[in-house]
Amino acid sequence: MNETNAINTKIEENSSADDICIQVNDLRLSYGESEALHGINLELPRHKVSAFIGPSGCGKSTLLRCFNRMNDLVDTVNITGEIRIDGEDIYAPGVNVADLRRRVGMVFQKPNPFPKSIYENVAYGLRIQGVKSRRRLDEAVEKALKGAALWDEVKDRLHESAMGLSGGQQQRVVIARAIAIEPEVLLLDEPASALDPISTLKIEELIYELKDDYTILIVTHNMQQAARVSDYTAFLYMGDVIEFDDTNTIFTNPAKKKTEDYITGRYG
Amino acid sequence: MDIEGIGHHISRQYNEELEEIRTKVMEMGGLVEQQLNNSVNALVENDKDLADSVVMGDLKVNALEVDIDEECVQILARRQPAAGDLRLIMTVIKTITDLERIGDEAERISKMSLKLGQSDVVDSSLSAIGHMGHHVRHMVHDALDAFARMDAEAALKVWHEDRKVDKEYEGIMRQLMTFMMEDPRSIPNVIDLLWSVRALERIGDRATNICEYVMYLVKGKDVRHTSVEKMEHYVLGSKPE
Repeated sequence: MNETNAINTKIEENSSADDICIQVNDLRLSYGESEALHGINLELPRHKVSAFIGPSGCGKSTLLRCFNRMNDLVDTVNITGEIRIDGEDIYAPGVNVADLRRRVGMVFQKPNPFPKSIYENVAYGLRIQGVKSRRRLDEAVEKALKGAALWDEVKDRLHESAMGLSGGQQQRVVIARAIAIEPEVLLLDEPASALDPISTLKIEELIYELKDDYTILIVTHNMQQAARVSDYTAFLYMGDVIEFDDTNTIFTNPAKKKTEDYITGRYG
Repeated sequence: MDIEGIGHHISRQYNEELEEIRTKVMEMGGLVEQQLNNSVNALVENDKDLADSVVMGDLKVNALEVDIDEECVQILARRQPAAGDLRLIMTVIKTITDLERIGDEAERISKMSLKLGQSDVVDSSLSAIGHMGHHVRHMVHDALDAFARMDAEAALKVWHEDRKVDKEYEGIMRQLMTFMMEDPRSIPNVIDLLWSVRALERIGDRATNICEYVMYLVKGKDVRHTSVEKMEHYVLGSKPE
């Protein structure tokens, strides 16, 4: 009883500041001999959009892939430091990686729907989890497609192949697939860079709507996109986080000259 | 650019941001109008308390200017507005500068009325000044109305009103000069009145500035420092290809 009270007090104390969802402590990553991330420290707030920007090769995608341990798939990778999601170190021994990836969904640059129907694409994760009830699947698919702002466009052709959709629609199917299993965190790796400007704006609007329910981390080459969609922005350069602040500050009055040079197009 | 166009972005948040800025400009406009109204009434009715409240109220006007400017900066930095959206932001930034200055002029009038003593000269001038104040207040009101409705024709109409205000200004100046020539002891009071009338004349000019911004916003043509004929052509004539 006392413990619960203590926790409540703590949350009330912090209620003015944003609640931290992900904490990165001295994260270092190297591919073989060369170190790609040199001791990253970040605190990423819950139910906000945090964007990673920086020139090519600065480590932003590498960093994003650390949050669901995608880098584990590369043989030569060596990671030290820790990433805590809701306080739990995801690199601790004994962490179930499949379970982690259920909690941390990911969407890539190129839309990659499975060569299946729209319905099966979205239901895929749930089927793998063993959900068989037709009604539960129907409900989850509808909810996810609505969440991805795609329901109205595809509700009459759910059983047609997802490969027949436009690029922007395919990307939203992929986002629907990611949110169908109700993750806590969504990682978006250049989710709109293969899309036309209008589809891009639709994806951005979707990100804005999704942040009520998910903590979203987005990597983007497009600085203006980071400015439009994110609440917080981290500027990375050569494997270091140069500056992390709320997006208004980064884009109007950054603290570091390197950040200013990058966002004003002076190098990069 | 028309008023319906503002809310049609794919990004709902962008719509909300632009709408909020417009609302705040109207709020600031309403406040400035009230300040102006109170300053003229305080002068005409010799109401020192009301004059005091205008001096205090100017702080609110200033705060709104800073607040709206800040929001405009955020939108410029984060949304890179284009075309009509860009003209809207430019118009807002310029309009609130003029609104803030109108607020300052109202404050100046109130400070003058706090200093002003009782005399026959003052009494005989106040009705004409009150009339001019009423006229100028209407100009400010109608200019803001044209902004709210994005109505270039209404803006042009208000713009023409300034000539009448200038005529009134000249009339009152002549009268005040006569008072000074007739009785040099009246000079201190007359100078205070003169400053107030000058302030009203400037407010009229600033209302015409706002009208020019509205014409720019709606028609996309900068009509400042052009001839009346050209301005009328842009606003009333056929839309340029």
